[in-house]
Amino acid sequence: MQPASVTTGPPRSSLAPLLALVQIKELSILLVTVAAALYFTATSNGFNGSDNYHTIAQYVAPWAIVATGQVMLLICAEIDLSAGFVFTLAPFVLLLFYKNGAPLFLSLLGALLVSALIGTINGLIRTRLNLPSFITTLGMAFLLQGSALIISNGSPIPAPSAAESSLVVVFGGARWSEFIWALIIVGTMQVVLSATRFGIHTQATGGNPVGAAEAGILTNRVKVINFALTSTLAGFAGLLQGIRVGSFDPTNGGFNTMFFAVASAVIGGTALLGGSGTVVGALLGALLLGIVYDGFNLTGVNANAFNVVLGIAILVAMSLNVYLTVLRKRADSIRRPA
Amino acid sequence: MTELIRAELIRAEHIGKRFGPVTALRDINLYARKGEILGLIGDNGAGKSTLIKILTGFHRPDEGRLSWNGEPVQLRSVTHARSLGIETVFQDLAMVNDLPVYLNLHLNKELVHKPFPFLRRREMQRRAREALDAIGIDIPSVTALVGQLSGGQRQAIAVARSVTSNAKLLLLDEPLAAMGAKEGGLILRLLRQLKQRGDIAIILIAHNYSQVVDVCDRVNLLQHGEITFDKPCKETSVAELLDLVHAEYRMNHDPGYLTNRTRTAGESLSNGSLRNVPSLEK
Repeated sequence: MQPASVTTGPPRSSLAPLLALVQIKELSILLVTVAAALYFTATSNGFNGSDNYHTIAQYVAPWAIVATGQVMLLICAEIDLSAGFVFTLAPFVLLLFYKNGAPLFLSLLGALLVSALIGTINGLIRTRLNLPSFITTLGMAFLLQGSALIISNGSPIPAPSAAESSLVVVFGGARWSEFIWALIIVGTMQVVLSATRFGIHTQATGGNPVGAAEAGILTNRVKVINFALTSTLAGFAGLLQGIRVGSFDPTNGGFNTMFFAVASAVIGGTALLGGSGTVVGALLGALLLGIVYDGFNLTGVNANAFNVVLGIAILVAMSLNVYLTVLRKRADSIRRPA
Repeated sequence: MTELIRAELIRAEHIGKRFGPVTALRDINLYARKGEILGLIGDNGAGKSTLIKILTGFHRPDEGRLSWNGEPVQLRSVTHARSLGIETVFQDLAMVNDLPVYLNLHLNKELVHKPFPFLRRREMQRRAREALDAIGIDIPSVTALVGQLSGGQRQAIAVARSVTSNAKLLLLDEPLAAMGAKEGGLILRLLRQLKQRGDIAIILIAHNYSQVVDVCDRVNLLQHGEITFDKPCKETSVAELLDLVHAEYRMNHDPGYLTNRTRTAGESLSNGSLRNVPSLEK
């Protein structure tokens, strides 16, 4: 075919502007995080130090792992309110297998499989019955909370100890194990999101559901897989935390963990209405929340006022992030006239 | 151009489609031949987009048959239709604003480093640039997000996506609606080039009848879920097409029209087509 006319654009840099854009997007939240860290360094004595870093890592790891799943779901314009209770329930599922004689590794796999199943059920209810995910997963949240209370009889149960199996060390027992898992999961899922067909299809499913379907993407399947993924990650985070603490507690996790994870995702630049977001951004969001949480503890903010200050901090951080996004878009449209 | 007897590529017979209580398509009979551009016109809500979505495997018909190259075929999905060579430019363009141009051009056809699942971004960018250059529509950067482009540029990308995929049947749902005169002209020229290759059938939905008469070989009129008119473009005119659609409008909205008017173009309307059929379409 003869070209109707030939246009030669300017020489194109090999560095994709999209990649640069994503990096800048995360840069703004990184700046806010660094600012928060500097503030607490200046105002409290104990902020800088290996022990306090470890404390922050303990806050950040579960939020970041659960947020990783929520980012994938939020990008396809869904949300999982039950993830926090999968976090609660998974350790007790592990105990069901473990107490009945299964080796720890298989019990762990079993707990993750049950978590994945819960997510799959969420996804199927969402896509087959066409219930909004907000309602579907709200119902599932209470169902799971009740189940955790029934299985545990409402009281904490000791977790398997390092004396029973060396696996305990890998899965939460070692000092930084939980945080290292968080980094591995965030890194892996960021690659899945931005460098695989599944990641692109997830973005397309949320960005233009009809268009994605017209292009032949099986959008319902994409959603179900992401529901299963979110639930599995939440269950895994719950297992890590329970093993680290040495006790499985039916009051762990819940809406608190879920909301901190969603807040991490949104602070990290994930759009609540779907289409765009990054996993690395969610990690930075969790890091910011962790630093603020820890910093308030250190500076002795009154316990009653704690959530007031935290709420204001979230609003300020997010407003700043939104404002920077607007600035960035403006700068971009100047740089590249349409 | 001399009218050759060309091989028939697709034929739809007695196609019907309902959405709950609403009948979108009643009894569609239509065919398209290789090397031919078929214009499909009709008022809003006549069922044009539903018909396109059936031909492209997005909806399944409740009644009727489709044949492809003379063989009966059931389109199971968009992917299945695509594997046969049926490509579509949808009215809503199927563009994802938050993805860059080159990924939109490869949507659901992304290239990966087999056997690994990782995207071949460079290669997709190169092919996207080639495809856009071949059409001659200037997109500043294939890595720009589609949401930052103009309506005409988005349309051009949607057309480029379809024509660069070895399509045998190309379905275009109002491809010129969002385009300026210059960009629209480029798309029309591109369609003529594709036609001259002789191995592609094109079905073009358009509201601009002078463009239809200008670029198409044959025109079909779709009214209330039926094809009520089928003529070579050489034997019709913009005035006749306008009168057909206008007559229908008058009959639906002006009770005295049928008795007062001289029966000309409207005669080709069957009684069946006068029923007021609600439609899901906008």
